[in-house]
Amino acid sequence: MFQNIGEMLLLLWRTLKALPSCWRNRHKIFDQLFEIGNASLLMACILSLFIGGVLALQAGSVLVQRGLGSVIGGMVGVSMAKELGPVMMSILIAGRIGSAMAAEIGSMRAYQELDALRTMNISVVDYLIVPRIVAISIALPLLVIFAIMVGWFGGALVSAYNPMIDIGLQSYFNNLRQVVDIGDVANGLIKSFVFAVVIGVVSCHQGLQTIGGPRGIGRSVTKAVVNSIVLILILDYFLTRFLIDL
Amino acid sequence: MTATHKSQSVSVQVRGLRKSFNGVPVLKGLDFEVERGEIFFIMGPSGSGKSVLLKHIIGLETPDEGEILIEGESIQSPEVMEKYRMAMVFQSGALLNSLTVGENVGLYLTEHRLKSAADIRRVVAEKLELVGLKGLEDRWPSELSGGMKKRTAIARALVVEPQLILYDEPTSELDPLMAVTIGEEILNLQKRTQVTSIVVSHDRDLAFGIADRMAFIDDGNIVFIGTPEEIKQNSNPLIKRFVHAELGADET
Repeated sequence: MFQNIGEMLLLLWRTLKALPSCWRNRHKIFDQLFEIGNASLLMACILSLFIGGVLALQAGSVLVQRGLGSVIGGMVGVSMAKELGPVMMSILIAGRIGSAMAAEIGSMRAYQELDALRTMNISVVDYLIVPRIVAISIALPLLVIFAIMVGWFGGALVSAYNPMIDIGLQSYFNNLRQVVDIGDVANGLIKSFVFAVVIGVVSCHQGLQTIGGPRGIGRSVTKAVVNSIVLILILDYFLTRFLIDL
Repeated sequence: MTATHKSQSVSVQVRGLRKSFNGVPVLKGLDFEVERGEIFFIMGPSGSGKSVLLKHIIGLETPDEGEILIEGESIQSPEVMEKYRMAMVFQSGALLNSLTVGENVGLYLTEHRLKSAADIRRVVAEKLELVGLKGLEDRWPSELSGGMKKRTAIARALVVEPQLILYDEPTSELDPLMAVTIGEEILNLQKRTQVTSIVVSHDRDLAFGIADRMAFIDDGNIVFIGTPEEIKQNSNPLIKRFVHAELGADET
């Protein structure tokens, strides 16, 4: 385990050192951004809409019974911005994009494509890793902003149209505007950026470690997704703890 | 590549090379030298360590013991890969499946920014024509047969204008006519650019047709080094069987 962590940190360091090559490889970054957006946007929309809705439904029914229906907007707003938006989107992206990264790099390793790059003196980090990590680090925070807003909207729909809650759109958004400030959204964006780097590094590392044929690729994909999710949830606690103090 | 880019070939020295995987020795102390501009052929039974040896020579594997020197400089030193142009044709072709044939062939030039896009297209077309794949620039590797992939990989290696080129089973999966074409291309390339070539193959016709010198490797050891004529006359039973084996022939 410690060897893996060390290798991942080394990969992150080599990626950071290779960042100046970003501009040269911008077309690869755009390709990756397009793939991430194309693969995730609809899923992100549906997931966030229902997360916001469920949040409003679960909390709303209890709050309304206690005469606190007017705070639903703020509660959904803060929960989506600081916690559910970044964490749920990161888990979705780990499954959708992290797995694809590990599979693609893993198959390149299994079928000697990485060796071919090395024999041409082409850096695997510059050519494959940097564009992927940069793209996911840009795409995930953007997706999280989108998810937060869709989640707020999902919560609003349930709060306004579910007879158990029925507080009205205006009341919901008034409370949301009073409670949620730009710092809460920034909090979520910082988290999502860190999670994006984690997903990128873990998935690329697992891809590079692939041994064997299709079975090895499958094993790498599973490890990439599971390790990313575990790290996201552990880091979420520490980031929350750190950001609360700011 | 410019004329100045086409420079002299390089010599290769392998000294005391040993390698084990999971405790199983694969290379057991190899020593040999490949001279500048020669075609050095390595033969031997499957699993004898030939492909592992090639990977060491191009720096894809690190030896447990011993060293590989290119023009007297260790392949492990980072500058050597920058200083000398080397290429390898993999047994599987190892084409990048996410790139078209043309992009694969031009990858070295594109990534190292050695030519303009128009020049790269011209060089790619030229090299593809050379290996009989004219006009296939826009095909995907998945649309090619095994032999076409191999020829594309050879075209990709030629683009580098290498000083040292390694071929891992260059004629496997090719029909006899294309195998002859590839053999001729290896020879022509050597004549044109004096490139040093190291070829690993079971193909006896290819070996006797193009090799300047040959090595026979068995169970991680080199059992013979000499010219094709010398190997034909060698009395080692394993080499004799390997060189003269024919279906239905009496081996006693």
